[in-house]
Amino acid sequence: MGLAKRIIPCLDVDNGRVVKGVQFVNIRDAGDPVEIARRYDDQGADELVFLDITASSDNRETMVHVVEQVAGEVFIPLTVGGGIRKLEDIRRMLNAGADKVGINTAAVHNPEFVREAAERFGSQCIVVAIDAKQVADGKWEIFTHGGRKPTGLDAIDWARKMVSYGAGEILLTSMDRDGTRNGFDNRLNRAMSDAVDVPLIASGGVGNLDHLVAGITEGRADAVLAASIFHFGEYTVRQAKEHMAAAGIEMRL
Amino acid sequence: MNKVAVIDYGMGNLHSVAKALEHCGEAAEVIVTSDGDLIRSADRVVFPGVGAIRDCIQGLKDLGLDEVIREVARSKPLLAVCVGMQALMDHSVENQGVDCLGILPGRVASFQETFRQAAVHEHLKVPHMGWNQVHQTVAHPLWHGIRDHSRYYFVHSYYVQPTQQQQVMAVCDYGVPFAAAVGRDNVFAVQFHPEKSQHDGLTLYANFLRWNGAAL
Repeated sequence: MGLAKRIIPCLDVDNGRVVKGVQFVNIRDAGDPVEIARRYDDQGADELVFLDITASSDNRETMVHVVEQVAGEVFIPLTVGGGIRKLEDIRRMLNAGADKVGINTAAVHNPEFVREAAERFGSQCIVVAIDAKQVADGKWEIFTHGGRKPTGLDAIDWARKMVSYGAGEILLTSMDRDGTRNGFDNRLNRAMSDAVDVPLIASGGVGNLDHLVAGITEGRADAVLAASIFHFGEYTVRQAKEHMAAAGIEMRL
Repeated sequence: MNKVAVIDYGMGNLHSVAKALEHCGEAAEVIVTSDGDLIRSADRVVFPGVGAIRDCIQGLKDLGLDEVIREVARSKPLLAVCVGMQALMDHSVENQGVDCLGILPGRVASFQETFRQAAVHEHLKVPHMGWNQVHQTVAHPLWHGIRDHSRYYFVHSYYVQPTQQQQVMAVCDYGVPFAAAVGRDNVFAVQFHPEKSQHDGLTLYANFLRWNGAAL
C-alpha cells in the first residue's frame, strides 16, 4: 500500500490533431485529441502528456482550445509541452486547464526561465524535459532539435541544476532509444533517479509491457511514458497496468 | 438554487475545479470569483489553491478574502483543497514560516524535514506526486459512495498536522502517515485534488454539492 507508479500516454499534436498513427477500434475519429484523451482516461491512464509539435507559432492558439476541451471532460492531470518559451505561454496553458507544462529547449537557452516559472506558478506545475544521448560510458549529454544538436551539457548535472531552480519533475527521454522499441535506457534512468529528489518520468524506447516494468524496477522511475504501444492499439493502458501490477509494482487499478 | 462559489485569488488552476463541479451536475451555478459579497451570498464555497503558502495568504489578504473565509467557515459548507487546506491551519513552515488563517488548529510541516528527522532511508521523492490510497478514518457525508482506500491524486511537499485528532477525516501514508483530509462541523479540507482524481474525485465533489454542512 502506498504511492502508485504512473503510466502516462503521450500524444503528439500538430495543428490540433493527434499525429503519429493513432489507431483504435470503434473510435469515431482517430485524430481527435479529445476523443483519444477520453479513451485513455477510460482505460485508466494516470496522467496525459500532450506534446505540441505545431511548426508555426501562429497556430499555437489551437493547442489552447484542445487543452480547454480535454480539461472539460477528462479529470486526470494534464501536461502540455512543446513551444513553452515565455511565462505568458505557461499562464495560458494553465488557464486553459493544464496542470503542468513541460519546458525543454527554452530551459537550455535560458535556465532562469525555469526559476521564474517555478516562482510564479509553483514547482508542482514545472516539468523540465531533457533529451539525452550517451556520449561515453555512464555519461549522457543533452541534445536539442530532435537529438541533432549537442549542447555540451551533462544531463545529470543539468537535471540537478534544474531541480535547484524549482523544477518539480523531470521528463527524461533517451534519444538513443526513442523510436527503437528496444526498451528504456535504464542505466540513464537509474543514474537520474538517484541524482534528483523530484519524481522522474522515463521516456523513449518502449516496445512491450516488460519494458514498462523495467523502467520502474531497473530504472527506478516514478512514472513511465509511452506513445506508440498504446496508439497502435497493441495494448490498452489497462493491460499495461495489470501487467505491471502482476510484476509486483504498486499501481492504481 | 444551489450556488457554489470557487474563490479566485490569483493562484492558478481554477478552471479544472470549476469544470469538475459543473460536471457533477448538482450545482445550478458555479461561479469563480474574488468578490467577497458573491462568496458570502453563495450556498457553499470551494477554496482551492496551488503554489506557495506565502503568496496564497498574501493574495487572500490583499483581496480581503481572509475575513470572508473565516465568515464562511462559521456559516456554510466549505471545502478547501490542497494549499487551501494548508491555509486553514494556524501556521506553515513553508517560506521560512507563514501564519495562516487559524480556522483549524494545527501546523503545516515539510516532508523533507520529517524524512530527515525520522531518518527515513527509502529514497522518497518530494513533492509527493501521484495516486495514493486514502483511508477514511470517520464516516462522513463527503465519503458517501467512495470505497475506503480509494486512490486520489496528490501533489504537495508540505502536509497538515492537526492538533485535534478527532478533526482527521482521512489518512494517507508517504514515508510517514499524514492527514489527507481534516474537518469539523461545516468545514472539510482535502490535501489531494478531487478535480484530478477521476471518478472518486467527482463523487467527492458531488457529495459536497449535496452536503447540508452537518458532520454526520
